[in-house]
Amino acid sequence: MSEYLMILIGAVLVNNIVLVKILGLCPFMGVSKKLEAAIGMGAATAFVLTLASGASYLIDHYLLAPYDLTYLSTLSFIVVIAGIVQFTEMYIKKASPALYQVLGIYLPLITTNCAVLGVPLLIVQNELHYNLLKALWFGFGNALGFTLVMVLFAGIRERLEGADVPGIFKGSAIAMVTAGLMSLAFMGFAGLVKP
Amino acid sequence: MLNALLVMSGIAVLLGAVLGYAAIKFRVEGNPLVDKIDAILPQTQCGQCGYPGCKPYATALAADEADINRCPPGGEEGIRKLAELLNKEFIPFGGDTNAPKPKSVALIDENTCIGCTLCIQACPVDAIVGAAKQMHTVVTGECTGCELCVAPCPVDCISMIVIQEKITNWKWKYPIYALTPAQ
Repeated sequence: MSEYLMILIGAVLVNNIVLVKILGLCPFMGVSKKLEAAIGMGAATAFVLTLASGASYLIDHYLLAPYDLTYLSTLSFIVVIAGIVQFTEMYIKKASPALYQVLGIYLPLITTNCAVLGVPLLIVQNELHYNLLKALWFGFGNALGFTLVMVLFAGIRERLEGADVPGIFKGSAIAMVTAGLMSLAFMGFAGLVKP
Repeated sequence: MLNALLVMSGIAVLLGAVLGYAAIKFRVEGNPLVDKIDAILPQTQCGQCGYPGCKPYATALAADEADINRCPPGGEEGIRKLAELLNKEFIPFGGDTNAPKPKSVALIDENTCIGCTLCIQACPVDAIVGAAKQMHTVVTGECTGCELCVAPCPVDCISMIVIQEKITNWKWKYPIYALTPAQ
């Protein structure tokens, strides 16, 4: 049980996918101007990321590894993620139009989100030898970390709108500075791990 | 080599099959005609057609429950486009529908206004600013001239002012040639 807790804390805080591993920066900078949009993007990514982790684990474990084809992992994962995103979009459109309205435009964007490709590759290349449940859990933890950071950053950026920022720092510049400071702060979580 | 090809094409075929099945299974029943009609309508949401807004009117048009000549803000040009899209005969304005008026904006007589906020609630485009018991005024740039604020005003302080053609708002006129049947 504590192993699962370690995976979760490691994925959310210590090795945060955005601020420590520096993956998935495009939605992090692009869709974080409004808190609402950030939550929508976070939820959509969380869903796809968890599914993609499980699916890529299965493909790697039962299809690629037995035939010694692990060099195809990137290629096949991209195909699978694109498929999952498409399927999810169709399903949500049918099952919950309200949720589709919220996630609508963000869902297709996730196809090219490097965090979603990065996590399955990390799982596969991990020396920890995750099983399916741990792979799913690791994917979910990273998704949670991504959502957390998106929401935090969007909250800060909404506050920054009202702040008296010097002219040349306005807009993206101050957002970059903020992201850097947040990244520094998350580096502090590395102290949670005993060497 | 062959294994790699087989595995990749296997994944692609499987995903393709799943997506194809999902596309049929999860098809959303929508009416693309409504969106096409809605794109022609001027989106003033004025309700002069007798429907709550442009989308409901488009829905009614798609279901063949309404005439195409009920949208004064769209003008005759709008009727012509609707007639072409819906494959109907062109009908001019008339009957119980209002003919299009020259483009105008609402003007609140600020001396008479009692600040009841009724016109603010009526405005579909939030072009009226003001607070309770404070004088209201119209943001001219936002006003679509739909006249929905005129009726609710208890002191009749809102009038419609025709926009005069000035050098700042003059535009080329659309070249309209009336079609006449060949003799």
